[in-house]
Amino acid sequence: MKRSTKISKRKRDDTLFTIFLILPASLIMAVVTIYPLVRSLIISFLHWDLRKPQLVHSFIGFDNYRYVLTDPTFWRSVKVTGLFVLGSVSINIVFSLIIALLLNREFVGRNFVRMLALLPWAIPGVVNGIMWKWILNPSYGALNGFLYSIGIIDNYVVWLGTPTGALVMAILADVWKETPFIMLLLLAALQTIPEDLYEAAKVDGANAFESFWNITIPLIKPTLFVAITLRTIWALKSFDLIFTLTSGGPSGGTTVIGYYTYLKTFVSLNLGRGSAVAYLMTAVVAILVIVYQRALNREVQ
Amino acid sequence: MTLISLIKTSLKHRSYKISGVIKNTLFILAIIALLCIMVGPFLWMVISSVSPLVELSATPPHWIPEKPTLFRYQALFVGAAQGSTSLPAGIEKFLRGLKNSLIVSSLTTLICVSAGTLASYALARTNFVGKNKIMLVILSSQMLPVVVLIIPMYLLLQKIDLMDNLLGLVLMYSGFMLPTVIWIMHGFFQTIPNELEEAAMMDGCNLLQAFLKVIIPVSGPGLVAVSAFSFLSAWNEFFMALIFTGTDTKTITVTVAEFSSQFGVDYGLMATGGVIGSIPPLLLAFLLQKYIVAGLTAGSVKG
Repeated sequence: MKRSTKISKRKRDDTLFTIFLILPASLIMAVVTIYPLVRSLIISFLHWDLRKPQLVHSFIGFDNYRYVLTDPTFWRSVKVTGLFVLGSVSINIVFSLIIALLLNREFVGRNFVRMLALLPWAIPGVVNGIMWKWILNPSYGALNGFLYSIGIIDNYVVWLGTPTGALVMAILADVWKETPFIMLLLLAALQTIPEDLYEAAKVDGANAFESFWNITIPLIKPTLFVAITLRTIWALKSFDLIFTLTSGGPSGGTTVIGYYTYLKTFVSLNLGRGSAVAYLMTAVVAILVIVYQRALNREVQ
Repeated sequence: MTLISLIKTSLKHRSYKISGVIKNTLFILAIIALLCIMVGPFLWMVISSVSPLVELSATPPHWIPEKPTLFRYQALFVGAAQGSTSLPAGIEKFLRGLKNSLIVSSLTTLICVSAGTLASYALARTNFVGKNKIMLVILSSQMLPVVVLIIPMYLLLQKIDLMDNLLGLVLMYSGFMLPTVIWIMHGFFQTIPNELEEAAMMDGCNLLQAFLKVIIPVSGPGLVAVSAFSFLSAWNEFFMALIFTGTDTKTITVTVAEFSSQFGVDYGLMATGGVIGSIPPLLLAFLLQKYIVAGLTAGSVKG
């Protein structure tokens, strides 16, 4: 009898302890994530223009969504975002994989290379933006100076001068920053592949390409998939780089969806429309997150 | 073994050796190219920050400055008066930006790591219906686009008077980085065997004591990884800082971004701001690389 009360008291203590453990994090998350998520959904159905504070925030149904979905600049930013994500993610993954394969062997200084690979990942996105803005500067930039010195160009090029040029450069700057980290991720996966698998394949007469295709790719497929989805989500949310490198220009050529939302909300000060775009963007990210989780689950199994 | 076959093998061996040499040379060249691309752009920013403006505006620019100078660093830290009079006004904001970022990042790290560690321990050690669902929600919330949260938070912070206040930013950052901290620490605690606490509880500890005396001491690597991650993310964050800070509360990323528009013609000063703003995260990343890579790959790959 005494023993059982002791146990039940202990159990109650443990439950209390568990609640105590979870409480601080739950409170913060409730205020910073759950509350705003619900509230911005509500705001997306209201007419809420900060420039007209005297107006009531009346319920207008799907009007904000209708406005956004018929706004040509929105569709332009969707297209720009699509190109940005496609370019950045595909170039990034290919480079990351090649470099990871290159580094997947013992050599003097490998740890040093791996340490330096953290450099692009660790610097602030804003710094990445101003750094490339300086390198790509039409009159004094290092890229022009370098290409001119080795004779590839005769005249300095205005790299960020056209919408397409600016988009390509934004993609390259993004690839520069994100490739090394994804490379480290893939390298970690490569290192879990046992060496004997390759030796066995060699005995069976497989060449390097065959063993890459039949051993490496299947075994790192889950990680590769995770890397692609993660990167897609990150690229979709790009803001810092665009803000500092191009400010969305020239003529909207690099206005990705994150920057478009910022303009709609904090420059045009229309909270209802801003929330509607934000929610549309969240829906896309949500779909990707589901895909990502499927990939994770598959890997766990 | 006949002589001929011996020669054959030695020849084969030799050709293998030669192709090995070529392969090695190519490999070394590839590694050098890789290093140049990874480090080159940042290195150029460092060089620009110590080059006189005249040398930067040469065609082509001087890759290695003839008269390197530290006057920009001096000016940013000591003040324009003692540096050079040619520097524009407003750079005193720079030190304030650094200070603000230091405060915000430290507080965020403190809150994230303590609240996150507690919660992830509870999640790792208890089993209840729907736990997997909760883990999935936590994982998903770290991928939410900030824009969807920012409008209501803007209205809320205005209402409770935390707008233009560093604490408001700390609150936002903590909420935003907690999911990742919980996710990584949860994975970490699962690698610590249950027997550790069970043994401690046999000795009469309760769960709280077992947690403090047994689990925390062996969690060093995980705690280092999430602390570094929280500090780095808070330091580098820009979007929320741009929206939620005013003249006195601007963080370093906002200051650096303003540098580029304000002192757009003084590229050297812009570069100096970028270099100084990158030093804390770079130091953290390099010193703690082992923990960061292990923690982040575990956090994003394993789950």
